Parts: sequence; structure tokens; C-alpha cells
Amino acid sequence: MKLLEQQLRSLRSSGRKALVPYFVAGLTPDWTQHVEAAVLAGADAIEIGIPFSDPMIDGVVIQEGVLRSLEAGTTLDSICKDLSSLSTHVPLVAMTYYNIFFHYGLERAAGKLAASGITGAIVPDLTIEESREWHDACDADDIATIFIVAPSSTPDRVALLASGTEGFCYASARMAVTGRSADAVDAKRVIADARAISDVPVYVGIGIGTPEQARDASMVSDGVIVGTALVQLILDGGDVRAIEDFIGSFRLAIDTAPARSDFLSDAEE
Amino acid sequence: MSESPSFMSSPDARGHFGEFGGRFVPEALMPACLELEVAFRDAWSDDAFQLEYRTVLKEFGGRPTPVTPLPRLSDRLGLELYAKREDLAHTGSHKINNVVGQTLLTKRMGKTRVIAETGAGQHGVATATAAARFGLACTVYMGEVDTKRQVLNVFRMELLGATVIPVTSGSRTLKDAVNEAMREWVSCVSDTHYCLGSVMGPHPFPWMVRELQSIIGIEASAQLEEMGVGTPDLVVACVGGGSNAAGVFAGFANTSARLVGVEAAGGSAVGKGSPGVLHGMKSLLIQDEFGQIEEAHSISAGLDYPGIGPEHAFLATSGRAEYESIGDDEVLDALKLLSELEGIIPALETAHAVAWIMKEAGGAIPKGSKVLLNLSGRGDKDVAQVREILRGER
Ligand SMILES: Cc1ncc(COP(=O)(O)O)c(C=O)c1O
Repeated sequence: MKLLEQQLRSLRSSGRKALVPYFVAGLTPDWTQHVEAAVLAGADAIEIGIPFSDPMIDGVVIQEGVLRSLEAGTTLDSICKDLSSLSTHVPLVAMTYYNIFFHYGLERAAGKLAASGITGAIVPDLTIEESREWHDACDADDIATIFIVAPSSTPDRVALLASGTEGFCYASARMAVTGRSADAVDAKRVIADARAISDVPVYVGIGIGTPEQARDASMVSDGVIVGTALVQLILDGGDVRAIEDFIGSFRLAIDTAPARSDFLSDAEE
Repeated sequence: MSESPSFMSSPDARGHFGEFGGRFVPEALMPACLELEVAFRDAWSDDAFQLEYRTVLKEFGGRPTPVTPLPRLSDRLGLELYAKREDLAHTGSHKINNVVGQTLLTKRMGKTRVIAETGAGQHGVATATAAARFGLACTVYMGEVDTKRQVLNVFRMELLGATVIPVTSGSRTLKDAVNEAMREWVSCVSDTHYCLGSVMGPHPFPWMVRELQSIIGIEASAQLEEMGVGTPDLVVACVGGGSNAAGVFAGFANTSARLVGVEAAGGSAVGKGSPGVLHGMKSLLIQDEFGQIEEAHSISAGLDYPGIGPEHAFLATSGRAEYESIGDDEVLDALKLLSELEGIIPALETAHAVAWIMKEAGGAIPKGSKVLLNLSGRGDKDVAQVREILRGER
């Protein structure tokens, strides 16, 4: 089992729901300080978005963030260099589109991520059917490959993805690109299907924009991912303090959620 | 279809043409891609579907389109030139072949709406046309730059009852229209089919669209035979994503004919590109040293695309087809020459193929060669733009 999954499983065993914020790397010169602020305020892992020119599953807010970061000259190498100054103990997971790694060279990319302290990768346009080469490249460097399940995934596909994913299983809360709001309802069926196959942690993302949505999603899963709302805050000029407050409000909502309800019976409704 | 040719046969089970193709899409779209593949395989091997597709193309689409000898241009260039007249198909280009197939398939899958991307607007107009004919709702995504270059096509789509959404992200051209259509598809996949306009995207699109366009090559080969011309020495077509080229090549892939695809110099994925992944496929793409996709630049909106369909990437790397490029400045002369000598105003896209033939007559094309030009579309949509440019030149 890869290191990332060991860590996320023990987090779950400790009874804590994971809070995973997404940052567009390089969006501002002090982006690594934003990451540190999020960790201070209670983030359990960080998604590091590596900008790609054609972010197919991202809505306008993240597109804007990615564009600005690219205009500032961000590259995989510059991100890894920035990460060397980051002092944090939480797991780091890269999120980008396949062409970034493919063009860099798969083994070289995996080695580069590992050397920068990244232990997992989410590549939304890399289907499990096409993932063999990337997976092989990651094994040597102990990088986990995280797959996304969607509300449209058939039970067969959820089974395939839940058994293939490493670290955690990313349950998309909505049939939409990032940045449209959601309640956790769309994700319930796939969470149940995933749990039936595997006891890998399941996190809900895509469409979680408010502390209330995060609380609700955390009640049916092992963690939540927050992207667009945070990127919007930073685009609007939010500083380290604002980021701490933002993450803190999500942390509080998750930690004060009522104990997990019998969601499996909910899912059968 | 049945004689299992060595080139342009079916891709492998996961949609690969050699190292290219495949499926690189968000999981949210995978079930739709799989459903589409099953539906297309089933329909394409169903005689009733084939009959309906061919009947609609005949009665509504204006097929078969003729093959026209081009005697005066032939004299001028020292070649024996023939044109396959896709400009005479309904809506003015080959795009109708693909959309008739895909809208029939949409109905067969029980979906009620189509979305499409468009560059020049030809695919958007064709999709809006077929959607009107078959009673489907239709939304077309078009780069904002292109909505300005092709104002009349936007209006055409609207007359046909479609909604046109200008895309303001990225380079605001075809590449971004595809991104936006894919994003939209994620949120409406249960009742909506994405009618992709070229031999690109995730499997099964590159293969399906080539099959739907292969009627061009199948007809042309029989027509040339009937005219006593036989197998041409060269088959030449312009290439954006590559659908008209794939369609005509399909009729000649297993003959001795040289196959030549002509890209816009500013969007030359074979000439300047390298392997990469975009829009659901692995193919040749124009990208920078970091793997960021570059913006294509062409006078013709339909060729303004930084990639090429995966089967073309395979035909290029395997050497079965050649890919050349033509700059903006060479295109207008070709458009004028074909208009003046043959009475046919070609689309700017098509004019790239004409320009390459003009340039290479007696060079890469030996004197006396029999050349089949795929005349992919008519120039009506471009006359306003051409007029502006020629005025500016004066
Ligand atoms: C007349 C015409 N030819 C060619 C093309 C390019 O597409 P493809 O390469 O798929 O044939 C277009 C696209 O808009 C077109 O309108």
C-alpha cells in the first residue's frame, strides 16, 4: 500500500474527516504561504493544481486562476522549486491534466513530484483504461494514482475505479465542471457502490463551496475537497488571514457535524 | 467496409490507431463514450440504419455529389485534375454527412438534444440543419473570434432554431469551443449527444466520424472508375481535424494513390506538432516545451486547430499519407484562381488544398498526374472576409 493511503487510512482511524483544499500553484508569488495557512487552519492534505492551458473539467473560476498562473510563467519545474521552501507535514497531491506529465516524460514527472514531496496525483482526463504507463511510472516513486468516480459511473465502473484507485477514491458530487454548487446527494449512490467494493477512504469534491455543503458531504464520506470557492477568494485578493478564516470555517463545520447518519439507507431512497 | 483493408480499418478495442487515439476524458463522460460506441457499432451494422442514413443523405443531403473535371486549371498546371464536389452537398460542405449520421444515432439512443462545437460555422450550421430536420434541440459553441469572422453562419444557425453560445475562454477559437462543449456535455449527458464535428476526440468519435465521412471516398472511387479515369495518382484534401480528408482517403487507402493532407501553416500539427493528449485523444499537437497547447493561427476558422485527428497522426507516422502546409498568403490566390478558371468559389479551408496543388504542380506532383481534389466546401461563407482582405491589399 502506498504511503499516501497509509496516512489517509490512519487519519480516518483517528476519527477525523479529511479537509483537502485545492490551490492553483503559482497563482500568486506567495502561494506556498497560502498552503501553509490552510494547514495551520486545519487542512489535512493539499491538492496542488498544476496549470494546463486547456482545463477541460474546470469551470470559469479555476480557468481564470490557471490562466493567471500560466501568464506568470508557472511550470512543473517552477512549482517543484517553490515546494522546496514549503514547511508542512501534510500529504501533498498533484492535480493536473495528463499532457503535462506525458510531455514531461512519465517517469521523469513521477520522479520530479516525489522529489518535491508530492505523494499522489489526480489526473482527471486519464481514464483507468489508459493509465497503465503512468501507474508503472509512479510505482518506483511511491506516488498514488487517484481516480474520480462520477454520478454517471455505472456500478461496474465504480467497482473498477474504487479497486484501482490509491490513496483515496474521489467521488464527484455533481455532474458538472468544478465550480457549480452541489449537495452531497448525487454522490451518495457512488459512495455506497465504492464502499461495497473497497475500504479505501472516499472523499467528496466538485461542487463543495460552503461550510454547510462540506458538513453534509463529510457526513456521508471520509473527507471533502474544496476548490473553486477558495480559488475565488484568492482571485479576489484574499490574503493569508482570509484563507485561515475560510479554511477554519470549513474545519469547524465538519468537526461539529452530527455523527455519521445511517447514510447507506439514505442512499437507497 | 467489409474487405478489411490494411489501412483505415477499425482501431483496436480501446480506439487506438497505432500509438494514437484512445480515450482521455473525465470519468463523468466515460459512460457516454461507452454507450455511444455500443450504439454506433449496433447501428452501423444494421442494414435498416444504413438504409436510412443513405436515404436521408440522398433525399435531403443532395448525395451523391458529382466528380467534376477541372479542365482549365488542369491546362494551367499541366495536371489532370478532378474535384469531388462536397461544396454541392446540403449546407455547402461535407459536414452534413457526419451530422446526418450522428443525429440519426441521437434519436436511436433516445436523446432529445445535440450540442456541437464549430470553427468556421459549417459544422454548426450542418448540426443545426439536421437537428431541425429531426426535431432535436440544438446548442452550438463557437469561439468569440469566430462568431465575428463568420457572422452570417451565426445568423444561419439561429434561423435554423439553434442557440449559439460565444466562447470567451482561451484563444476564443475552435480549440476553446471544444473545451466548452465538453464541459457542457458533462452536465447534460443523460439527454444530450455531443455531435463532434471532426475525426477527433475520444473513441469512438474519430472512427465513427471517419466511417460517416467515408461515403465521400467510396463514391469518388466508383465515379472515377465510371469516368474511365481509374485510380488517381494523388488524392488531396485540406485538414483541420481531418474529417473530409479521412472521408476521401478511406476510398483510396488501399490503392496506389498518394494521399496528401494540407494543413494551415499556423495550425500544422503534423509539421510542427509532437505527441500529446488533448480533447480526449492522444495525437499530434502543437504545444510548447512545457506541454501547454499553443494557439493555432489561420485565415480560415475551420483549420484554426492545434491538433489533428489521431488516425491522421497514425497515417503520418506510418508514412501512408503525407501532410503539407500552406500559409495564409498562398490561400487567396488559390481561391481566386479556382473561381476564375473553373467557376467554383471554394471555402478558405478547401483553398489550402488547391494552393498546395498549384504550388507543387510539376514539383512534388509530377506533370500529367491524375489528381483528385476533395472540394470540401463552398466559399459563400467566406466572401465577406475575402473581400475585406482584398480591399486591404489594394
Ligand atoms: C469547408 C471545410 N473544409 C474543411 C474543414 C475542416 O474540417 P475537417 O478537417 O474535419 O474536414 C471545415 C471546417 O470547418 C470546412 O468548413
